Amino acid sequence: MILIDIFVGAIMLAAAAAAMWVRNLVSAVILVGVVSLAASFIFLRLGAPDVAMTEAAIGSALSTVIFLIVVRRTESHEKGPEVQR
Amino acid sequence: MEFVTLYSAAAIALILVGLAGVLIKRNLIKMALGFSLLGTGANILIVTLGYVRGATAPIVDSPALLEDAGSLVVKQGAVMDPVPQALVLTAIVIGVGVTGLMLATIVRLYANTKTLDVNALTRLKW
Amino acid sequence: MKPLFSLVMLALLATLSLRLAPLLQPGEELGQVAAHYASQGLVDNRGSNLVTSVVVNYRGFDTLGEVVVLFLSVTGIGFVLRRRQGLVLPAPVPASELVRTGSYLLLAPVLLFGAYIFIHGHLTPGGGFQGGAVVASAVLMMLLANRDRHLPHGLLSWIESLSGFAYVLVGFVGLFAAGSFLANRVPLGQWGDLFSAGLIPVIYVLIGLKVGTELSALLDQMTHSAEPEVKREGSR
Repeated sequence: MILIDIFVGAIMLAAAAAAMWVRNLVSAVILVGVVSLAASFIFLRLGAPDVAMTEAAIGSALSTVIFLIVVRRTESHEKGPEVQR
Repeated sequence: MEFVTLYSAAAIALILVGLAGVLIKRNLIKMALGFSLLGTGANILIVTLGYVRGATAPIVDSPALLEDAGSLVVKQGAVMDPVPQALVLTAIVIGVGVTGLMLATIVRLYANTKTLDVNALTRLKW
Repeated sequence: MKPLFSLVMLALLATLSLRLAPLLQPGEELGQVAAHYASQGLVDNRGSNLVTSVVVNYRGFDTLGEVVVLFLSVTGIGFVLRRRQGLVLPAPVPASELVRTGSYLLLAPVLLFGAYIFIHGHLTPGGGFQGGAVVASAVLMMLLANRDRHLPHGLLSWIESLSGFAYVLVGFVGLFAAGSFLANRVPLGQWGDLFSAGLIPVIYVLIGLKVGTELSALLDQMTHSAEPEVKREGSR
C-alpha cells in the first residue's frame, strides 16, 4: 500500500511541476486537473470520503471546465520571455 | 515512514510549487492555476492534521463503532477528526467561487487589453 | 530583481516549513471539541455522517455564511461579465452527433444521481455541496450539447432565492423551538432511516438546490457572457 501512496504522491507533484512548466495553457489546465484527481485519492486514503467527493466533483471537474472556457476565450499559449517586454 | 507523513510532505511541496507559480509566472492564467494548486496543497495539509491512527472515516454505519448497543455514543478514537474535514469541504467550495471570480476578471482584462502578461499591464504605473 | 526576491521568499518559506514539518505528526486522540463532536454527534443528530452533522448542525451558521459567499462570488462574476446591450452573438459551432446523443442520454441519470447525493447526505458520504456540483455538471452537459441554449435565468434565481430564504426560516424554527439559531431539536427519528436526523436533510436539500443553481449560473455566465466582449474589442 505504501508503494501506491508513493506513486500517487509522485504523480501529483510531477503533474503540478509540469503544469507550471509547460507553455501550452490547455495542457497546464489538464495537468492541474490531474493534481486534483490525485488529491481526491489522497483524501480518500486519509479517511475523508466527503472531501474526496467534493474534490472530485468540484476541484477536478468544474474548475477544470471553467479554466478551459477561459483559455478558449483568451489565448491558449503562454508567451515566452523573449516576446515579453 | 508512515503514509500520512509522506502526504503532508507532498502537500507542503505542492504549496511551494503553487506559490512559486504565483510569484514567478507572468501569465495571468498560470497565476490562477498556481492559486488553485496552492489551495489544493493547503487542503491536503489540513486533512492530514485530522488523521487518527487506527480510526475509520467519520461515517458511523455499523454498531461496531458504538460504545455499547443502546447508547449511540461513538467509541473514543474510532473515527477520524470530523472538524478539519468539514473545514476543507467548505474551503473547496469557496475556492471554486474565488477561482471563478478571478477568471472572470482575467477575461474582462483580456477583452480590454488583449494581453495576459502582468508586466504589460502598466496603466497604474507612473 | 522581482524573480530574485520571489526566489529568496520561497527559499525562506521552504526552510521554515522544513523546520515545522516534524510538528505535523498524526495524533492518537482528538482535541476536546472534536472529541465531543465525534462521540456525541450520533446522540445529538442521529445522522450517520459525522462530517454532515458538523457542517450542517454544529457549524450550521458558518455554512450559511459560506453559501452567502458563494452567492456573492457568482453575483460578482455576473457583474464583471455582464453583456452589453445590442450585441449580436456569433453563431456557435454546433456540437457533434455523439456529444448531443450521449449528453441527452446521460442528462436524466446524472441529475437523479445529484439529487440522490444530497438527499442521502446524512447517511452516506456526500451532501448538498457535492450533489449540487453533480447537478451543475449535468447542466454543463446540456450546455455542451446545445450551445445556443440559454438557461431559464428567472427560474434559476427563484429556486436560488427561495432555497436561501428557506434555509434562514429553518434556522428560525430552531430559534423558536430550542432557543438557538439552527438548533436541531425536532423529532429525530431512527438512526439509519432516510427520514431521520431532524432538520439536517432539509437543510442539505436546500443547500444542494442553492449550490446547484449557483454553479449552473456560473457555468452559463462563463460560456455565454464572455463571448461578445472579445468580439467587440477585436472589431474596434
